Amino acid sequence: MKKLIKYISDIGSYFLMLGKVFKSHTKSSVMKELIMKEIDDLIINSLGIVAFISFFVGGVISIQTALNLENPLIPKSLIGFATRQSIILEFAPTFMSIIMAGKVGSFITSSIGSMRVTEQIDALEVMGINSLNYLVFPKIIAMLFYPFIIAIAMFLGIFGGFLAGVYGGFTTAADFTQGLQDTFYPFHLVYAFIKTFFFGMILATVPSWQGYYMKGGALEVGKASTNSFVWTSIIIILTNYIITQLLLS
Amino acid sequence: MIKVDNITKSFGADEVLKGISATFEKGKTNLIIGRSGSGKTVILKCMIGLFTTNSGEIFFEDQAISKMDIGAQRTLREDIGMLFQGGALFDSMNIEDNVMFPLRMFSNDKRPEMLKRVNEVLKRVDLENVNHKFPSEISGGMKKRVSIARAIVNNPKYLFCDEPNSGLDPKTATVIDQLIQDITKENNITTIVVTHDMNSVMEIGEKIVFLKNGTLVWQGSNQEIFKTDNKDVTDFVYSSDLFKKIRNIQIKEH
Ligand SMILES: Nc1ncnc2c1ncn2[C@@H]1O[C@H](COP(=O)(O)OP(=O)(O)OP(=O)(O)O)[C@@H](O)[C@H]1O
Ligand SMILES: [Mg+2]
Repeated sequence: MKKLIKYISDIGSYFLMLGKVFKSHTKSSVMKELIMKEIDDLIINSLGIVAFISFFVGGVISIQTALNLENPLIPKSLIGFATRQSIILEFAPTFMSIIMAGKVGSFITSSIGSMRVTEQIDALEVMGINSLNYLVFPKIIAMLFYPFIIAIAMFLGIFGGFLAGVYGGFTTAADFTQGLQDTFYPFHLVYAFIKTFFFGMILATVPSWQGYYMKGGALEVGKASTNSFVWTSIIIILTNYIITQLLLS
Repeated sequence: MIKVDNITKSFGADEVLKGISATFEKGKTNLIIGRSGSGKTVILKCMIGLFTTNSGEIFFEDQAISKMDIGAQRTLREDIGMLFQGGALFDSMNIEDNVMFPLRMFSNDKRPEMLKRVNEVLKRVDLENVNHKFPSEISGGMKKRVSIARAIVNNPKYLFCDEPNSGLDPKTATVIDQLIQDITKENNITTIVVTHDMNSVMEIGEKIVFLKNGTLVWQGSNQEIFKTDNKDVTDFVYSSDLFKKIRNIQIKEH
């Protein structure tokens, strides 16, 4: 019961926080710089790991599909088709976001959390600066570019699948590209990017909340980052379920 | 001038400030002293608006904080400089940017002008050639001085310092105390310093407020503090062996 009340008040404080983020704006010349810095930290710095993971997981998906296709009646083009579907629908938007919860999420929590414990946030407030706007708003704007990361993940995932499938000798280039073009619903892409947008917003705000409202010292910053990863992932998975139910069924 | 009138502050069931009234004068270094945990930091944070009091009123000049609208409160905050117990420098910025930060936020000056002012205050706190270092790359005493520089760069009317010389060697501590004292006089501002350092009390304690467990038990000047019979104050003042010895010597001489 006590836990339930805590969850409810946490949810309340999360939405109150979002309200404050958009109030009393930081001077625009300063904000511009903050946004550029966040784009660099959150988006550009994630490209490497995203590219690496998508490329190889795409390859594995393609190989796995091929190995499970024993029935000769099923066309080889299915490999391309299955790779495309799993990457666009789930792997790139959802699982990439879980990985980002580990990378971007704990980075956000620990950077805001350490500002909290060393009174840097108090220092901002004393100067009369809306610290939530100063800290969280630029992250939200930077994460508007998150779909761009996921688009790269989709492309590289499929490309990795293609290379692994073709050069691993599981299928031919022609079969694979044919599969890629089979029954393609553009709405699936729309669905994937709607999800991605929401995941991006979750990645910017939930870890910020975790860091901003943490209490304690350096040890607690570590704990808060772990918590942040757990909660961000849970919320992403639940949101994924809800959006899928709403848009695809 | 800052006045607190019968303020209380509780955290849950824990009443930390139990009705404190005091006046902190302009052009003076006002000290708040007391044992660890007596509520010094809390009262300071109430005055600068980081904590809201449960009851009572805080006045800046004649204006009650609770009667100010948001805009007036924000303007007031631009007049406040604060030196935090831990420094609270932004560790993602170098020294120059730390000190320039309030200017960038609140002035419309161009960068060269801001830089000029930054170098001026850095010089004032005796720090030169550290502009491009980061807070993690300078010593504790230097951090304090950078924090002071940041706190005064905007020419505040009110300067708050939470234990400006804790963790510093006695020589550096005296330098910092003197610096705060000088800045207060030069700019004729209201300065409030929280400390439990008896040296500071002797050096710069023009007006002293003594707290014990969230109540004000004594106030006066550093001349008076050595003469009072208030048991709490004498316990505090003579808790260091050095002062006990000095007192014994004085008693013998008389
Ligand atoms: N944010 C807070 N939440 C709950 N209790 C607090 C909080 N801040 C301070 N307290 C409590 O208020 C009391 C006074 O704390 P305060 O920090 O003012 O002490 P202090 O006089 O500054 O001590 P020190 O000299 O060690 O800095 C302590 O008992 C502390 O536990
Ligand atoms: Mg304190």
